[in-house]
Amino acid sequence: MALQFKRRLFGATVAATALLSSGLVFAQAGQTVKIAFMDPLSGPFAVVGQNQLKSWQFMAEHFNKKNAAGVKFEVVGFDNKASPQESLNTLKAAIDQGIRYVVQGNGSGAAAAISDAVTKHNERNPGQEVVFLNYAAVDPALTNERCSFWHFRLDADTTMKMEALTSYMKDQPNIKSVYLINQNYAHGQQVARFFKEGIQRKRPDVKIAGEDLHPLGQVKDFAPFIAKIKASGADTVVTGNWGPDMTLLIKAANDAGLKAGWYLYYGGVSGTPTALANWQGGPVRQVSIIHNGLKSIQDIQNDYKKRFNDDWYTGQTYNGLALLAGAMAQAKSTNAVAVAKAMSGIKVQGFNGEIEMRRLDHQLQQPVIISEWRKATPQVSYSVENTGFNFQEVRTLPPFVASTPTSCQMKRPS
Amino acid sequence: MDASYLLISTLNGLSVGLLLFMLASGLTLIFSMMGVLNFAHASFYMVGAYVAYSITQAIGFWWGLLLAPPIVGLMGAAFERFALRKVHKFGHVPELLITFGLSYIILELVQLVWGRQALDFRPPESLQGPLFTIVQLPAGMQLAWGSPPLMCREVAEAICTTFPAFRAFGMGVAVAMLIGVWLLLTRTRIGLVIQAALTHPEAVESLGHNVPRVFMGVFGGGTALAALAGVIGGALRVTEPSMALAVGAVVFAVIVIGGMGSLAGAFVASVGLGIIESFAVGSDRSIADALRFLGMTVNEQTFGYAVWSVKTSQIAAILPYLLLVLILIFRPKGLFGTREG
Repeated sequence: MALQFKRRLFGATVAATALLSSGLVFAQAGQTVKIAFMDPLSGPFAVVGQNQLKSWQFMAEHFNKKNAAGVKFEVVGFDNKASPQESLNTLKAAIDQGIRYVVQGNGSGAAAAISDAVTKHNERNPGQEVVFLNYAAVDPALTNERCSFWHFRLDADTTMKMEALTSYMKDQPNIKSVYLINQNYAHGQQVARFFKEGIQRKRPDVKIAGEDLHPLGQVKDFAPFIAKIKASGADTVVTGNWGPDMTLLIKAANDAGLKAGWYLYYGGVSGTPTALANWQGGPVRQVSIIHNGLKSIQDIQNDYKKRFNDDWYTGQTYNGLALLAGAMAQAKSTNAVAVAKAMSGIKVQGFNGEIEMRRLDHQLQQPVIISEWRKATPQVSYSVENTGFNFQEVRTLPPFVASTPTSCQMKRPS
Repeated sequence: MDASYLLISTLNGLSVGLLLFMLASGLTLIFSMMGVLNFAHASFYMVGAYVAYSITQAIGFWWGLLLAPPIVGLMGAAFERFALRKVHKFGHVPELLITFGLSYIILELVQLVWGRQALDFRPPESLQGPLFTIVQLPAGMQLAWGSPPLMCREVAEAICTTFPAFRAFGMGVAVAMLIGVWLLLTRTRIGLVIQAALTHPEAVESLGHNVPRVFMGVFGGGTALAALAGVIGGALRVTEPSMALAVGAVVFAVIVIGGMGSLAGAFVASVGLGIIESFAVGSDRSIADALRFLGMTVNEQTFGYAVWSVKTSQIAAILPYLLLVLILIFRPKGLFGTREG
């Protein structure tokens, strides 16, 4: 039972040793585990990053009351300005501060940069390994051709989401013509690619009326795009946009009176629900791993709202800490290598049933949910961004259905 | 491409172009008067939006629209009086640098005061709905005032597009401003003095006019126009710290294309760029299509296919800069410019 002594952790270690001598608790209990959060805390996507930093810290508090390993989590925020380049600097700063766990999610470009940098760092600095939990970057490459032992993905990746989405859309006979609009980077391109692949397999009669890729976070006026969608005659729009790119898109669609239905990835992300509140067009459905009616998250989302007057929509913050705590309990240590080894293949209880960190590629296996933006009901009463609306489940695909194969061949530490 | 698409895209382009013009007019005015390329111009646009937001929260949007431009104009005038005038004697490069520095200071100050997140700055209730609806029927196109008419829901073939009232309002403000500035410069005594000070400052001074004060007034007026654009732009788009950066570069492209110091040039260039961008986004044509049209075979095997097959919609955002480079190569003084280089 090797304990890594650090002056900073000394007090905690003493406490742990004291507990150990009583013979009741494991070595890791009582230790403080620092987690570096790196996502945009300034710039166009700041509103999303700020919410998610609060969500991680809020969840850390939640788990600090009780968790499988008996550790204390502490989440420290770093501003990576949504840039892969800047992420490398924040990663270095976090490592220099002795932090061994990194969480990031906004932007597959930044996620890929961090995953590569962490892998290289771990090869070159044995004894100082870092574990990367990617909680929202859904580019499939990260768990396929670019997979790494040190990278763990908590969200369902685009292949899984598109498998679920197209399985659902297959049964919607009024969908005849689909327009794809996405952000022009890895994630948006993958959404377009896997949607076309999936729908062609399941509903070859559905026409792709048009396809657009626009620069990430740069477009402030989506009116020309909406005019184009309208002219294409599409009855449905599919988009993986998030943050302001989603909010402004919906705003422009509403302003122009677009009647099409929408299939989104991120309808619940800060700002977008407010724009959806007076939506006049067709049904708005979302593919994600969470919906507002889940029994297990009622207290969490209500407490979060009471505290911050904001919404807790990143369910991965719960699952991430549940996985870490589970792995630390199993490894009986907070050492990054031991925890990573334990986490690879672990099964724990998430907020929506049992989840499994697939050993092959470190893609979390979990249910994928299609939900619809509807007026709050007595059964599902939560009011997203105080709009009186919320996302209600229309279909849940169990993990074994949503699961997709991987080509990952990762190098495991000996 | 049907008529309603052409109409709505033209209107969208016009509204973007007119917003750009509100910004560019102040910038080009300051440049033509004082020879100062004001790098902080877009920052005053941002401050205008933020100040208007705060006033809107306190006493309503209309007061914000009315008060934000003079407040920001005073800030601009103060900056000219206490900073810019001091470095004037050292030449143009220090002037350029001081405005460059100011843009960073303003950005940090705005983030300190209002935070780093986007604000919920919305048009007033009375301007939130659609102004009119374009109804496209197989038989032809109709216009209807206000919300979509019943026919939009009942007739299956009807394609209805609404045009937001606030967009139209913004266009109206821009046109009113254009007329106002033009009348001021050409029809009033003040305008006469300004125009004279532009070309013959010594002669104007010897006639008893306070030329530095005229400069201060022009700088303040220019920043007030930027702030007016900010009020419209902030409510129409998003009010956030990156909003200055988002328009800053494009506005420089506008005044270079239009010709440094030319108000007419700024107008033509900004409206032109707005419309070009609006239609470029809507077009899926590529260079490969053009080459095919010329009878050449272009496919995946062709050298450089990745470049030839890029759609116009994908490069819409860089078109202003492409034009900027072309203008600088072939007509360095701009479309309507009088100065060389």
